[in-house]
Amino acid sequence: MRKVLSINQYVRAQSLDEAYTLCQKKNNVVLGGMLWLKMQKRNIGTAIDLCDLGLDKIEETETAYRIGAMVPLRALELHEGFAKLTQGAMEEAVRHIVGVQFRNCATLGGSLWGRFGFSDVLTLFLALDARVRLHHAGEMALADFAALPRTTRDILVEVIVPKTAGRVVYLSQRNISTDFPVLTVALAARDGAYTCVIGARPMPAAVFADEKGLLAQGITEDSARAFAEDIASRAALGGNMRGSADYRREICKVLVRRAALALAKEG
Amino acid sequence: MEIKLTLNGKPLSAEIEADTLLIDFVRAHGCYSVKRGCETANCGLCTVLLDGTPVLSCSVLAARAAGHHVQTLEGLQEEAEDFVGFIADQGAEQCGFCNPGFVMNTIALLRENPDPTDDEIRAYLAGNLCRCSGYEGQLRGIRAYLDGRKGEA
Repeated sequence: MRKVLSINQYVRAQSLDEAYTLCQKKNNVVLGGMLWLKMQKRNIGTAIDLCDLGLDKIEETETAYRIGAMVPLRALELHEGFAKLTQGAMEEAVRHIVGVQFRNCATLGGSLWGRFGFSDVLTLFLALDARVRLHHAGEMALADFAALPRTTRDILVEVIVPKTAGRVVYLSQRNISTDFPVLTVALAARDGAYTCVIGARPMPAAVFADEKGLLAQGITEDSARAFAEDIASRAALGGNMRGSADYRREICKVLVRRAALALAKEG
Repeated sequence: MEIKLTLNGKPLSAEIEADTLLIDFVRAHGCYSVKRGCETANCGLCTVLLDGTPVLSCSVLAARAAGHHVQTLEGLQEEAEDFVGFIADQGAEQCGFCNPGFVMNTIALLRENPDPTDDEIRAYLAGNLCRCSGYEGQLRGIRAYLDGRKGEA
């Protein structure tokens, strides 16, 4: 039996204050779905479990969805409200992630806290203009949270998705089904503005606006192609075992163009 | 640390280490249908139901399962009997090592969606890997079971 992760103590926090206090110690860790954590070679002092804090619920208000950090990805995939709000993009963003059992374990909080380069979830939630609430630092834009140093010791409590009218399309390219993506694209149209998020670059997702107004006169084959080429030229892309930077750039052009055309079709 | 949970309908209390994984816990309690496969949360061999939801027991701490209901194939024989014969009839597996994970996840699928399409079956079972077959046998088996059930209705 392979055992590379060791945990000295397990605590089910009974309050966010307790969890926050515990997580200030460097070798203590807040548990998400444990899928990534389990594969690390690491000695953890105290594993802090938030499972008793009621963070596994999705609350709908008049203006937003408030998603607890412990909500599993599968719940997002099946949520009717998100299906409607995102025109199916939520399901599309998570359905390729390994399998149903995996998505029942993986939490939204864990997926975003890791700010993983390969993250489908981070890509889509950036396009949805999401905000996060940290127990100590308070509420902030997801984009600001994503830029925080990884040494930040706080508790991600919930993710807030505004119910802003708009459209969003999510696309990804994988070398093989259920693998990590080679590239992810989320394109949103809201209040007449376009937000394009490129993830799995393989660095964490980055946000781009239509700075040149290439889609301002409407989405056509030509404007979609021009927009895609502009995004592909501006996005910093790298190579890894799944694809080179050049390959990603070509994929980027294709996916962004397709996303724009799909957006126009849906509209 | 001590945990209390229900395993296949039976209340259980046990002393565990903080980092004991659920797969090791259930196997230590005689549930050998739960297999250790990839250990990277990709293969589905270790699937158990936690409060009725299929999860990967290789990635769940036993401590997190405390207070909950855990089911393995040992506790779901009757429910599995309905369709495993159809899978066997198709010669769907060669070594059979992946079978308990497939069966557990199929039980979860049929509880959630009693009349799935072929694409819905493929999507739900995408997290169960079989290195012997091409998955078509499992699909044919489940389809034959579902079609047979419709014929009876």
